[in-house]
Amino acid sequence: MSTVKLTVNGKAVSVEVEDRTLLVHLLRDHLNLTGTHVGCDTSQCGACVVHIDGRSVKSCTVLAAQAAGANVTTIEGIAKGDELHPMQAAFRDNHGLQCGYCTPGMIMSAIDIVHRHGGELDEATVREELEGNICRCTGYHNIVKAVLDAAGRMKVAQAAE
Amino acid sequence: MGMEGIGASVVRKEDKRFITGKGRYVDDIKLLGMTYAHFIRSPHAHAKVKSIDSSAAEAMPGVVAVLTGRQIVDDKVGNLICGWAVTSKDGSPMRMGAWPAMAPETVRFVGQAVAVVIAESKNLARDAAEAVVVEYEELPAVADMPSALKPGAPQLHPEAPGNVVYDWHIGDEAAVNAAFSKAANVVSLELTNNRLAPNAMEPRAAIADYDAAEEHFTLYTTSQNPHVARLVLSAFYNIAPEHKLRVIAPDVGGGFGSKIFIYPEEMVALWASKKVGRPVKWTGDRTEAFLTDAHGRDHISKAEMAFDADNKILGLRVKTHANFGAYMSLFSSSVPTYLYATLLSGQYNIPAIYAEVMGVYTNTTPVDAYRGAGRPEASYLLERLVETAARQLKVDPAELRRKNFITQFPHQTPVIMAYDTGDFNASLDAAMKAIDYAGFPARKAAAKAQGKLRGIGLSCYIEACGIAPSKAVGSLGAGVGLWESAEIRVNPVGTIEVLTGSHSHGQGHETTFCQLIAERLGVPISQVSIVHGDTDKVQFGMGTYGSRSAAVGLTAILKAMEKVEAKAKKIAAHALEASEGDIIIENGEFKVTGTDKSIALPMVALAAYTAHNLPDGMEPGLKESAFYDPTNFTFPAGTYICELEVDQATGKTSFVNFVAADDFGRLINPMIVEGQVHGGLVQGIGQALLEHAVYDSNGQPVTASFMDYAMPRADDVPSFKLSHTTTLCPGNPLGVKGCGEAGAIGASAAVINAITDAIGNNKLEMPATPDRVWHAIHGNA
Repeated sequence: MSTVKLTVNGKAVSVEVEDRTLLVHLLRDHLNLTGTHVGCDTSQCGACVVHIDGRSVKSCTVLAAQAAGANVTTIEGIAKGDELHPMQAAFRDNHGLQCGYCTPGMIMSAIDIVHRHGGELDEATVREELEGNICRCTGYHNIVKAVLDAAGRMKVAQAAE
Repeated sequence: MGMEGIGASVVRKEDKRFITGKGRYVDDIKLLGMTYAHFIRSPHAHAKVKSIDSSAAEAMPGVVAVLTGRQIVDDKVGNLICGWAVTSKDGSPMRMGAWPAMAPETVRFVGQAVAVVIAESKNLARDAAEAVVVEYEELPAVADMPSALKPGAPQLHPEAPGNVVYDWHIGDEAAVNAAFSKAANVVSLELTNNRLAPNAMEPRAAIADYDAAEEHFTLYTTSQNPHVARLVLSAFYNIAPEHKLRVIAPDVGGGFGSKIFIYPEEMVALWASKKVGRPVKWTGDRTEAFLTDAHGRDHISKAEMAFDADNKILGLRVKTHANFGAYMSLFSSSVPTYLYATLLSGQYNIPAIYAEVMGVYTNTTPVDAYRGAGRPEASYLLERLVETAARQLKVDPAELRRKNFITQFPHQTPVIMAYDTGDFNASLDAAMKAIDYAGFPARKAAAKAQGKLRGIGLSCYIEACGIAPSKAVGSLGAGVGLWESAEIRVNPVGTIEVLTGSHSHGQGHETTFCQLIAERLGVPISQVSIVHGDTDKVQFGMGTYGSRSAAVGLTAILKAMEKVEAKAKKIAAHALEASEGDIIIENGEFKVTGTDKSIALPMVALAAYTAHNLPDGMEPGLKESAFYDPTNFTFPAGTYICELEVDQATGKTSFVNFVAADDFGRLINPMIVEGQVHGGLVQGIGQALLEHAVYDSNGQPVTASFMDYAMPRADDVPSFKLSHTTTLCPGNPLGVKGCGEAGAIGASAAVINAITDAIGNNKLEMPATPDRVWHAIHGNA
């Protein structure tokens, strides 16, 4: 057993876990942050994507201990109170989700995609960048629309800041 | 149409919890004292279980119990059932091999459970499973249908000689023979329909909680139909009587058919929970999903179509072998028979049809309904055959279809179905216009000038949805009725709860069902809640599959709503001292027509519950229910056209354009309908280009993770151009037909027709991987 200290959604936490514990299980089982999902166990589907120090990471492929000292953000940590993150709002407004299972990972990946590409996104880039997130419901059509929509909203929000 | 009524693209009510990480799926639930199950599964496709030594595992810290197949059989937990009796040509019943929830003696596919470890944590259960020693005696296995049907092949079940489940047929063989004997041209095609893994993104999971004092079970499960689960667990598996078993299907992360069925893991979790006296949780991983979720499709067919000299279809003859895997899953028997062969008339006037279907056991994962269930197989076969005919007869494929379209309704096909309405020319025209069909030859020539092979492919599908009229399916062997129920509770303050047996696992019922209430009463949808997925809350229901939720489930809600409105109007008329016939409902108010007198819904509801001043003899309260049984299937239909390019050097296909023109009748929420089409199209495209559940000759699955099984990803597929044509369904008052499966039913033929058009070789099977396409181009396929 080890004690892992990290920051999750802005709060300092200290968790005692088995050494083999994966970050996704620390989040789900120890912190009850069940918005982060497990869909494949082999780092293929992206349902478990969170941000570690601002970068998207598949949390099923990271030992909890590797996140020691890091700043982890999950789907539960991106809205400001009742105000949705622009990516969350864009997924809702563009019907970018159906069963909702892949959605948290999609949103976390998509935010990172927009951050990395700024306003320079087009459909082909979004599709290529989303290659690591599998959705079985939407056929991606509306997810792509949502990401492009959110990229615009995030640019506007950034300009306003 | 109001802002939130029928026909409005209302943003979904359920989305907030999903986009903020507050969805509540089975694996998110923790119960006090919960234990964790890990199954020990056969690594062999066919073997005798010689012995199971669990002593070392049982001695490990944190292990609560190790339970085996022998124990579950001894405790008289029932074998798994198949709920649709299909009779062979010779009148004999289908041959069912016994399927215990865990195998006591013989395993017949890789992944079949033989024992389960119950422990204090997931990791401890998994560790202990490693310490259980199972001794197997391997038996020869058959992994594919040709091998299973060979004389002298290894036999799976003593009940099924020759590995044959049934040898079934439909239609008029003599009429078809007569049609072929006078044919000017005959077109034939052999093709396979590749086996698929459904792969809902949420793996299956179950939590069973036994209360010894009440002798009561609660099961949380990833189900599309919790009431059917309770019925089967009670009536056939001897778990508990219905009033002692509550089944809850909370948020469910996709189903596509795979979560219709009641699986061994739920049965074992319930049984084990009573045995160990604590809640038991099982969460499948992705490999377990590949090994144990019922697969889809897996047909081998030969089809022949007879034409007269004017290119009119005279007859169709089809022979299909359908792979059922190692056991008959819950609705498996109906899929390649009544859900497949009854759709072989497609959109065409075919005077005579004869189809034979042989069901076959193999040492593979059981096969059952997967999005479309039989209808994609029918549509793929027919649309490839018609396309092949157009090329052979040297006529335009759109014109050959048009010449043979059914144009008069109702239309009785030779294979049971009676189409109620449709306009197949309208959807063909809409799709051809959307893709600029007339301009294709010029685009093909331009592509050729650049060294690219460009092709165009059509698919004109029809499906039977709104499953299903109970009397009709009962006469065909179904073990259940397929009506739906609804209850509407108007609360004393005027808010409304709608209880439905239709489960929502991505379809958006929490929004679309509210839209009906908004349409009828003029109240905002924020005032309405949809309650589903819990057998303690909703009395009964048949669940969600077969594009039935709008046509059957929503119609049941409408029927209950009409009763609520009738009673509310009586109360309003009494309060307003007006005649009941003069009351109209507008914007949440009951008004006396032609006057300014009105009473708001909350006041009517309050009057119903205070009961201080109700009409004489009226019961207090404002709550009504209805059971609705449809009178016919519904028949969504449409045309999909795919235009693509093939790289001659690599065999890789690239989409240029994909258009869909669907007739779903009335649309409740166009945004949600289009989302359903997008998702279905990509499952159809996935089947055409990428997906294939593969076994080696010993029955070892080769594709048991997302690293081996090619799921469609965002950069594999295009965006789509959708349009709608409308003929209202006359079979239900809303005029809806259903949209959940269309994309998966129609898309694969359009893709393969486009590729074979591009490369000029019709000999191509799904999935059309670059390797297969390259070989088809270069002639050594």
